[in-house]
Amino acid sequence: MKSETNKSAQDAGTNKPGNGSKLTDFVIRYGFLALLLGMVLFFSLAAEGFAGPYSAVFIFQSVAITGILALGVTATLVVDGFDLSIGSIATSALMLSAYVMVVWEMNAFVAVAACLVMGAFVGFINGILIVKMRVPDLLATLGMMFLLIGLQRIPTEGRSIATGMKLPGGEVANGKFPPEFLALGRHRLDFFIDNLIPLSVVFLVVIAILVWVFLELTRHGRLMYAIGSNERAASLAGTNVNRYKIIAYMISGVLASVGGILLSARLGRGDIASGNNLLLDAVAAALIGFAVLGAAKPNAFGTAIGALFVGILLQGMTMMNAPYYTQDFVKGAVLVVALVFTFALSGRRGGGHT
Amino acid sequence: MPSSAVKIVGLTKAFAANRVLRGIDLVLNSGEITVLMGANGAGKSTLVKVICGVHAPDAGSIELYGKPFNPTTPSAAIRAGVVTVHQSINDGVVPDLDIASNLMLDRLAEPGSSFFINKRKIRAEARKIAADMALNFDVTQLVSELTLAERQLVAIARAMARQPKLLILDEPTSSLSAIEAERLFELLDRLRESGVAILYISHRMSDIRRIADRIVAMRDGEITGVFEDKPLNYESAVDAMLGHAMSDVDLDFKSPGTPMLKLDKICLRRGSEPISLDFYSDEVVAITGLVGSGKSELADVLFGLSKPASGKMTLLDKEYRPGSSESAIKAGVFLCPKDRASNAVIQGFDITGNITLPFLSRYSSLSFLSSAKERDIALGTIEKLGIVCQSEKDGIGTLSGGNQQKVMVGRWLSQESEVLVLDEPFQGVDIKARRDIGQKIRDTTKGRVTIVMASEMDEVLEIADRIIVMGEHTIKGRHQNSNIDINLVLAQVAGLAAADELLVN
Repeated sequence: MKSETNKSAQDAGTNKPGNGSKLTDFVIRYGFLALLLGMVLFFSLAAEGFAGPYSAVFIFQSVAITGILALGVTATLVVDGFDLSIGSIATSALMLSAYVMVVWEMNAFVAVAACLVMGAFVGFINGILIVKMRVPDLLATLGMMFLLIGLQRIPTEGRSIATGMKLPGGEVANGKFPPEFLALGRHRLDFFIDNLIPLSVVFLVVIAILVWVFLELTRHGRLMYAIGSNERAASLAGTNVNRYKIIAYMISGVLASVGGILLSARLGRGDIASGNNLLLDAVAAALIGFAVLGAAKPNAFGTAIGALFVGILLQGMTMMNAPYYTQDFVKGAVLVVALVFTFALSGRRGGGHT
Repeated sequence: MPSSAVKIVGLTKAFAANRVLRGIDLVLNSGEITVLMGANGAGKSTLVKVICGVHAPDAGSIELYGKPFNPTTPSAAIRAGVVTVHQSINDGVVPDLDIASNLMLDRLAEPGSSFFINKRKIRAEARKIAADMALNFDVTQLVSELTLAERQLVAIARAMARQPKLLILDEPTSSLSAIEAERLFELLDRLRESGVAILYISHRMSDIRRIADRIVAMRDGEITGVFEDKPLNYESAVDAMLGHAMSDVDLDFKSPGTPMLKLDKICLRRGSEPISLDFYSDEVVAITGLVGSGKSELADVLFGLSKPASGKMTLLDKEYRPGSSESAIKAGVFLCPKDRASNAVIQGFDITGNITLPFLSRYSSLSFLSSAKERDIALGTIEKLGIVCQSEKDGIGTLSGGNQQKVMVGRWLSQESEVLVLDEPFQGVDIKARRDIGQKIRDTTKGRVTIVMASEMDEVLEIADRIIVMGEHTIKGRHQNSNIDINLVLAQVAGLAAADELLVN
């Protein structure tokens, strides 16, 4: 809880030079949470069946994968970086897991391990490009994104992977998605009601807590925030800046591949066309997270709330029969409002320096 | 009789309950340099920001040559002829453009300037501006390739190019060497003759003695003294600024303890004269010299940021070869860097986070931070250095410059060190904070080597037991502060002593 009192102290402090109105402070800190609560109330009243355990679980499930990716992006945002390659790492993990199980006919454990290693490796390469080769973060990860989108199509000549598919060599792939792998995306745990909570939601919650603990409570997280705020000062205080930056991209890569594994387990095939929205949704969730509790900085709790916010809004609208093609517009609008919250309202902390 | 260029009457400004300006009456004359003195937090910066259109005043009026002047934006103030060179240099220049474009930037941004850029014309005009200021820059050079001091000169040149009626300079020399500062002063002399009113804000007595026509002292948002009778009474001005008389520093010189750090034939660059120097515990060694004399390079070598071209360092009888700041800190060698805004302050953190940053591993177990340990250290440091704040959780940005600097020095005093190097620890702080910081450094020297890099002679004399003069990346002079020949030190700093020796030989 210390971190939150910290934040509040900073807010109270930095807002002092402005008009210091308590209302503005309150809006900045709790505005987004209040909006979230209001939205839940509104949909509960307006959309029948919205307020119920199944609906809640559905929302969680719909945001689990983007939420996990968003937590990875958060780690890179903390060191003042950015990872555009997360979406393509996730789809690469999707294709890789399918290839390992279907074409190479290996077991679920190997598939998961291969994906995690791939994610860590790609993150490491991203980090090296940025830290050692001095490529700007956006460009390095953009390049990596294109590279991976292309790479994942080469082994199958651009086709999706499913049991019984014909390989480029002419033979037929006979491997299957083993049930224990599918369970990662489809199994539901009993929680008061039978078969209520999907495993992917458990993964989201556990990962969110781990990332939060890492960033807020450990010295590594503190040093990463220091790097994000003033890299040179952090370095002169004895921080190994390069190592922490690489670690941030590796966290991002690994979490993106976890998202890809869950997607693969849910789909049960290596679908070349899925995962298009992952990058933008995850980035939106992480950026919306800036506005939560007036943090005005990347943070794990905010990211999780951001992902949930988008999920609730879309589910509510769907239940009120809003057409599917309005979804992206709504997400964009939410993001813009959140950014206004972050930079215009609480942006007076920046105003002091200009 | 100089005519009044700017007339400020009854100016007030408050931020929430904090009344920063409490009725300022001030006249600035054309063709005159008015020095504004004030401790950190006296309201100088706020006054400047009101005059240059950043903040609107709550009450009061400003007249510019008899006409009411109420700028609502900085660009409106500039159009009216009020040009400001701010303290932080990077506000004044665009690093990724060449010098010519920087000098001509305002011309380019003017509405109605031609759509296409005529490079040759811009460069020719920029060369003219540079020549007027006696700056011999290659105007096609990128600003990002310049040193901090050179950037400052470009920023000032850019302000001149706007042909200001009132020029405001906010601590323009804080990162300039004496020679570069003198170039600036010559320029200000010329501007004064051409009838520009100049408001000059500085803590440096040497600047003030050199250029002031009048001195205005400010304290707690009020003007506490105006000094214009020649010769100017500098002591009274300082007293008016502080609200009480400032005594001279009485140093009780410390006898050096045991030798701890030895530099053995260290060459900072290939071909420079080797440096051999022993540092003892308990004493404060000040290293002085111009910008570019090698002070910063020596600090870098001590802190593991760069390797000497040759030579060897010994710390406590063991060879000391730090490969990074991390390993230097592990060996007990700390560096409090200069230019705190870019090198030290973590804006996103509170006071506690800024103090504990280098030593987080000591305040955590299994990587988990102990907020109780951090708070203890922070409260101890706030108490020890007399940092003025509401609580240890205040954002660092809410503190005045002097208090921020105290936090940065306190950061490195919060743990025991074998060697503490402080690079320009008094940069941009008022005389009161400077004395506080200096006192605290001297009080804690027991058992440690203390090295202070400073280019201001006043500061050096206030802090040092022993003084080393550097130039051309080597040692030009060694002195004890107790019976010092200041003229000899100054000559060595300026490189004159070396010239004399050449003549003798």
